[in-house]
Amino acid sequence: MSNLFNSMIGWIDKRFPLTSNWKAHLSEYYAPKNFNFWYFFGSLALLVLVNQLLTGIFLTMNYKPDASQAFASVEYIMRDVDYGWLIRYMHSTGASMFFVVVYLHMFRGMMYGSYRKPRELLWLVGMCIFFVLMSLAFTGYILPWGQMSYWGAQVIVSMFGAIPSVGEILQQWLLGDFTLSDAALNRFFAYHVVTLPLILLVLVFVHILALHETGSNNPDGVEIKENKNPATGIPVDGIPFHPYYTVKDIVGVVVFLMVFCGIIFFAPEMGGYFLEYNNFIPANTLQTPDHIAPVWYFTPYYSMLRAVTVNFLGIDAKLWGVILMAGSVVIFCFLPWLDRSPVKSIRYKGPFFKIALTLFVISFFVLGWLGTKSPTPLYTLLAQIFTVIYFAFFILMPWYSKIDKTKPEPKRLKE
Amino acid sequence: MKKITITLLILLSMTSFGAMAGESGMPLDKAPVDITDNASLKRGAETFVNYCLTCHGASYMRYNRHRDIGYTNEEILEKMVLTGQKVGDLMQSAMRKKEGEEWFGVVPPDLSVIARSRGADWLYTYLRAFYRDDSTGTGWNNLVFDRAAMPHVLYELQGEQKLVVKTSEKGDQKSLVLDKPGQLSKADFDKFVGDLVNYLVYLGEPHANERKKLGIEVMIFLLGFLGLAYLLKKEYWKDIH
Repeated sequence: MSNLFNSMIGWIDKRFPLTSNWKAHLSEYYAPKNFNFWYFFGSLALLVLVNQLLTGIFLTMNYKPDASQAFASVEYIMRDVDYGWLIRYMHSTGASMFFVVVYLHMFRGMMYGSYRKPRELLWLVGMCIFFVLMSLAFTGYILPWGQMSYWGAQVIVSMFGAIPSVGEILQQWLLGDFTLSDAALNRFFAYHVVTLPLILLVLVFVHILALHETGSNNPDGVEIKENKNPATGIPVDGIPFHPYYTVKDIVGVVVFLMVFCGIIFFAPEMGGYFLEYNNFIPANTLQTPDHIAPVWYFTPYYSMLRAVTVNFLGIDAKLWGVILMAGSVVIFCFLPWLDRSPVKSIRYKGPFFKIALTLFVISFFVLGWLGTKSPTPLYTLLAQIFTVIYFAFFILMPWYSKIDKTKPEPKRLKE
Repeated sequence: MKKITITLLILLSMTSFGAMAGESGMPLDKAPVDITDNASLKRGAETFVNYCLTCHGASYMRYNRHRDIGYTNEEILEKMVLTGQKVGDLMQSAMRKKEGEEWFGVVPPDLSVIARSRGADWLYTYLRAFYRDDSTGTGWNNLVFDRAAMPHVLYELQGEQKLVVKTSEKGDQKSLVLDKPGQLSKADFDKFVGDLVNYLVYLGEPHANERKKLGIEVMIFLLGFLGLAYLLKKEYWKDIH
């Protein structure tokens, strides 16, 4: 039996690099042995991606991308399709959990300096994945054609209209019409189920290739490849990804699934955060809702969009809002060059970085919370203050990371 | 186009959270919701068919789905399907959209998922908060939903309420008192509306009971799986220091 198996593998290996790839990416890919809690979220993001692809296929079989039928077809899935409710909740919860997992994954990178040399490209590819993910979330949210789908999309699309000179043409080109209508729903459906998932898959593939080229960072920020066993050429602080991290990640997967299934089965709306109450009202093009709020994962940026209330530097307030909103996401791309600290990991960084990162996390949460509220003068002031803190984290980083009092980085991983 | 953009951005900056509380800001009464109580759901379903379905549709829901709450197809045909439709049909309203618009100024909204957008407590309070108001077209007004287009369909049962406004330094305090009693006592009417709202919650998500039941099974499985996965990890990692 094992002879037959071996000869089969041998047959394939002559024609396709199966064993060599298995070794390069799993059984002889050496990962640092000190991965902690924060290192689960990469593989979990992959799990959620698979969940979204599979459930998405089944939703597509019953969904109708037609402004007059979309809402009803979603309810058809919820009621008449066998286990349609489960497939739909897996997809809608998966969308939110994708962001939870990706935000934690990014935060891990920020804590341990995973964006630093030699992983700048890895970080940039990751940022591209994040942009595609945001586009997927936006185009997907339109599809049920509820009130929030429609008016949320109106807000986002109108942001393109705020771009000087080309804005209006760009907006019409995106919508395929003068207003948000059936034409836009059809094309956003096409982006959501074909274009963007394809781009995402390619980027994820590139992300993993880049990771396996540089090797994983770790909580100590030590390059394990710099300390190899001279006899074997294997990093002394590395262990094979398979089986060690595959069995460890299974534990992470099960814990994650318990949270994920807890939401799907017992709180699929998550108190209006994952499925907004107003999105159970079919889109009405003549009636603007009292309150337009994006889904929770966009609220920090939405707060920054609303934060600017005065024209300055010859640019009017709404364009400033759009610039800040776009800037707040794009600025992550510059992290590898903003961080001038001699060490990677927060474990060896000084108090300035720790305070800055804490303030950044607080401002991200406060801005996120403010994005769900209607602006009052106090809230707008808060949004302005925390927008400044948010950007200060990045813009002042070359300065505070350089003068910070760091501890020496160890040569080997700590036990 | 530019105007639309500007209007939207202005709207966006004025938007307000709190569509879930009554528009009037009136505190909402807690609805007695229990979607495992089939007897209550059946009472609510019959009320829904007799009082609501005339004007409102529940057009994402099929009659025969009500086998979930303990009906047989024959009972559904006898008790719920009033207009000669088939048991597998969607619960369409008997009224045409155009008529609704002529009679009430708006097309009465479909009620399939109304409990998911409004919330049970809002519906429970709203349906009990109608009062006489001669200044409106229908002769009725509502404390939760000011100038609601819907007249008080259940007034024969509840009776007629009137508005009492107490003016104090803190502002006007509005409350309702029963002016002319109806066929039901207050407690019976509350129960009647409670059953109806319970049914609307069921109607919003007919698979909710199945969802929770399956959820418990899935969680038990995952708990067992977690134990095995942890032991496997421990076994593999015992020689890593």
